[in-house]
Amino acid sequence: MAHAMATTTAERSRREATNGTTAAAAASTAVIDCRLEQVHYGGFLAVRDSHLQIQKGRITGFIGPSGCGKSTVLRSLNRMNDLIRGFRLQGQVRFHGTDVYARHVDPVAVRRHIGMVFQQPNPFSMSIFDNVAFGLRLNRFKGNIPERVERALRQAALWDEVKDKLKHSGLSLSGGQQQRLCIARAVATEPAVLLMDEPCSALDPIATRRIEELMLQLKQQYTIAIVTHNMQQAQRVADVTAFFSVDITRGSRTGYLVEVGPTQQVFESPAETMTKEYVSGHFS
Amino acid sequence: MNGRAAVADVELPDVGELDRSPFERRALRNLLLTAGIWLAAVIASVPLFSVLYLLVVRGGSRLSIEALTALPPAGFEMGGGFGNAIVGTIVMVGIAGLISVPVGVAAAVFLAEIGPLSRLSRATRFAAKTLTGLPSVLAGVFAYAAVVLTTGSYSAPAGGLALAVLMVPIVVLTAEEAIRAVPRITRDAAYGMGCTRMQVAWKVLLPTALPGILTGVMLAVARAAGETAPLLFTALFSSYWLFEGGQARLMQPTASLAVLIYNFSGMPFENQIELAWAASLVLVLMVLVINVVSRLIGRPRV
Repeated sequence: MAHAMATTTAERSRREATNGTTAAAAASTAVIDCRLEQVHYGGFLAVRDSHLQIQKGRITGFIGPSGCGKSTVLRSLNRMNDLIRGFRLQGQVRFHGTDVYARHVDPVAVRRHIGMVFQQPNPFSMSIFDNVAFGLRLNRFKGNIPERVERALRQAALWDEVKDKLKHSGLSLSGGQQQRLCIARAVATEPAVLLMDEPCSALDPIATRRIEELMLQLKQQYTIAIVTHNMQQAQRVADVTAFFSVDITRGSRTGYLVEVGPTQQVFESPAETMTKEYVSGHFS
Repeated sequence: MNGRAAVADVELPDVGELDRSPFERRALRNLLLTAGIWLAAVIASVPLFSVLYLLVVRGGSRLSIEALTALPPAGFEMGGGFGNAIVGTIVMVGIAGLISVPVGVAAAVFLAEIGPLSRLSRATRFAAKTLTGLPSVLAGVFAYAAVVLTTGSYSAPAGGLALAVLMVPIVVLTAEEAIRAVPRITRDAAYGMGCTRMQVAWKVLLPTALPGILTGVMLAVARAAGETAPLLFTALFSSYWLFEGGQARLMQPTASLAVLIYNFSGMPFENQIELAWAASLVLVLMVLVINVVSRLIGRPRV
């Protein structure tokens, strides 16, 4: 962890500069511009100095060791962390130019535009159809609900498996199917961004593969940010990879962004030694 | 090579050492304790089954269409029934349910989701737990003061309110448990979809917790239907129909099965005592039916 200590301000600005070149090229396409300075849970500093952009139509992968704050950063983007007692955030998360943490912004409205898929499949205890229609009804969608439900289920590559049992409970499906149902539920309202917090960690390798294929398809229509424990998964699906690490030198465990860039670059010629050691499997 | 040597060193059990030895201390103790637990389970169900047996034998013989539909007999009169008491019990338990279920479930939502650690929640939870142990006669005193004294007459709403006081704490505590039992990840999903807190409660938590909430409501209904003391000086008793000639006489003294059983069982007339047995059987069957129905409704659909 000596590297963490050596992370000086000068180094960080250099990193942001390299990062800036890619960011500049895609500046106009950034859907979310995340500028976290500090995130606290009560008195605990969980994340610091994490600046990155989520670019339109791309998959951004968050990787890093346990406790590096990647999930915290992801959940800060749609204000899911507001539900945790003692959560405090310094910095900005600009979504289409608006800071979602501004006083006038309603977190509920933010979550309706930035959808989320969780670690554990969590369909509601209602029918498959009602699960997918949930968000549409919530938003008082006036159009053809069955049509949108079918489209969402097709997008989630689940339609053929469930089209004859739409009235069955969502909980009757297998784990992998439940996770695809959750994806269908999230995309039914066509959110601007889809956040996925380790969506495959509770699934077997075959179900994982299906979800990964699905992400690559969804990319054509949606902007995705995904937290993953699995570096191969990041390599397979992410266009942009953000590497986070833990800084334990200040007597606490604080996560921070080490570097972000095109996936190939992060894995093959990372700017930071930390990243290099992590992606080559020296620590995890 | 080292590893293999170590494996060889581990002592393997002798032949026969793995066989069952039923007369060893350990096996005997296990057998005795198991038998004891079986016995305890049987003993625990003895009161219920003996009461049921007695009710079926003594009340069943008198059960007839007349008993279910006729008005109670007076003095030496023969025949008669307790139709008005069935209606009265249903109406008063219904009134109690209309009051206690919305109040209780709404309070449970607050306790479980809105402010589980707030001072108001602690106070409410404490009050509800204390109320579950409230002598039921005191619920009657409360309703007597609140309704009978102000309206000037014994009535079905007064009885309903007394029963509601008994039902509310049961509904609150069981519904809170049921709502708390909804997994964290389900709440996260609801908030993640952009639900407000009320939408999370109304669209996700309550439907998910419905089986548990219904169980609590049924427990409360079962308790209320059998209560006599709170009705004695709120609804009193009546030998007339609650509804007659298309008119509801809600603000009159109202009959109930529990009070009828109480009154008739102490009378020196054989006819009335038989009717009390039959009414007891009907009351138990009503509670049983409600329980079964609630299980059918509340069964999780898969």
